[in-house]
Amino acid sequence: MSELSELYQEVILDHNRKPRNFQKVAAANRTAEGFNPLCGDQITLYVRLEDGVIRDIGFQGSGCAISKASASLMTSAVKGKTKAEAEQLFEQFHRMVTKDDAPDAAELGKLAAFSGVREFPARVKCASLAWHTLHGALEGKDKPVTTE
Amino acid sequence: MRAVREAVSSRVSDRFDVEKVRRDFPILRQKVHGKPLVYLDNAATAQKPQAVIDALSRYYSEINSNIHRGIHTLSEEATRAYEEARVKVKNFVNAAEEREIVFVRGTTEAINLVAQSYGRAFVKPGDEIILSAMEHHSNIVPWQILGEQMGARLRVLPINDEGELLIDELEGMLTGKTKLIAVAHVSNALCSVNPIRRVVQIAHRRGVPVLVDGAQGVPHMKVDVRSLDCDFYAFSAHKMYGPTGVGILYGKSHWLEKMPPYQGGGSMIRLVTFEKTHYNILPYKFEAGTPDIAGGIGLGAAIDYLNGIDFDGAAAYEQELLAYGTEALSAIPGLRLVGTAKDKASVLSFVLEGVHPHDIGTILDREGVAIRAGHHCAMPLMQRFGVPATARASLAFYNTREELDALGRAIRKVKEVFH
Repeated sequence: MSELSELYQEVILDHNRKPRNFQKVAAANRTAEGFNPLCGDQITLYVRLEDGVIRDIGFQGSGCAISKASASLMTSAVKGKTKAEAEQLFEQFHRMVTKDDAPDAAELGKLAAFSGVREFPARVKCASLAWHTLHGALEGKDKPVTTE
Repeated sequence: MRAVREAVSSRVSDRFDVEKVRRDFPILRQKVHGKPLVYLDNAATAQKPQAVIDALSRYYSEINSNIHRGIHTLSEEATRAYEEARVKVKNFVNAAEEREIVFVRGTTEAINLVAQSYGRAFVKPGDEIILSAMEHHSNIVPWQILGEQMGARLRVLPINDEGELLIDELEGMLTGKTKLIAVAHVSNALCSVNPIRRVVQIAHRRGVPVLVDGAQGVPHMKVDVRSLDCDFYAFSAHKMYGPTGVGILYGKSHWLEKMPPYQGGGSMIRLVTFEKTHYNILPYKFEAGTPDIAGGIGLGAAIDYLNGIDFDGAAAYEQELLAYGTEALSAIPGLRLVGTAKDKASVLSFVLEGVHPHDIGTILDREGVAIRAGHHCAMPLMQRFGVPATARASLAFYNTREELDALGRAIRKVKEVFH
């Protein structure tokens, strides 16, 4: 049960039940869609980017607890950050969920809750779908982002 | 639940010896995450009995060589073993002739073959293909591709909330433009058993041929293609306890004769010049290139195995398991079964309130229970039921009531994690 409770930490269950920023952003100037074609998880991300800073961000969609909580915690973490800061956070997050040499959890704050994903390789895509979608939105790609 | 268990066990114990059958499947002795493997993903692929594994190994260690061309001993033996498998398939589904059995890679390729060969020859702009709302992507997308190529359109026969075809609407959908009906024998996501004979009767009154996607039909029941009277029946070896990589297209010879080749290459020719090629006779006209010889022979071994265990008894046992599992899962608060047709094969597709099927799948896996979670390659069907995905426990005759109890316990664990 221990690896499972590492995966489904209380903060993840909480964000799954009550996702934050779970709405359209009216003044969004960047949107991107993300799909996980294997499982059908789907997310639409709305970003208001001004002077290189993420002023507002929200999401809609459907998916598992890991993907929904990841989107919720990601949107909370990157709000107010610059594009470069958000991309750096993505890199740290990605290393944490895929590699053993996890970066300092303190830098990741609440996102450190996803460190348990590492033990579940099949779920890495769930945790990173929102981040890939954010990357697509910030790059201004008009094609849907997929995890494949 | 115990009362159910006792009542059920007294009915089946003298008919079907599940413990004896389980010993034939070496993989079932495995542990996963320290727990005994409970394999409930049989609709994705079934496990293989030792006899099939041995047949593959024997082929490669004793008679490996190419077929239909060698004049040496090994080639003759390999050819004989491969063609014997075709006879076994023919008898297993009661086809009239061996030349009506075309070996392909899988159900998907069988359907693509019909779409491209029959479709390009007989479907014209404005024509219509009728599908059902419960089809697997492999019985949707090949027809969409054909539709784009030929300017034809797809029409969808609806289903009710239980997951049953609204068969009475079929008659009204048939027009002079209808060129084919393509329908699953058994739905992979809901496991509804469709009334194929009625579909065929209605279609044939208007001269419309019927293709049946039998991938989930053959593993669960004795299929008789002549009694169904369908024009095409597509199925896969790996879902009927045989190897991956081999599928079967049954087609009535009068259709196969009229259809052009699907792929060009070796084996499918009789005479080739740079000006013109004369095609081989059935079924070889549709079998270009070296096939999966070992897989075909392994399929033959799987059929021998099924014939040896009283397949009808196994099917009856599966139905009793299904009833037991349906009752056990229905007793779990917050669990909803998706697909509750009266006539159903042994699959339990379900959703759990507040928990996504993927999370169910991960937690069950840690309990040793293997299920599928997702859209089951049937996204339009998921939309029909208003769910993004389901969890699917699909049963085979080697599963037991104890394993379904383990499934129930594991689902309760999911609820604990997600309190």
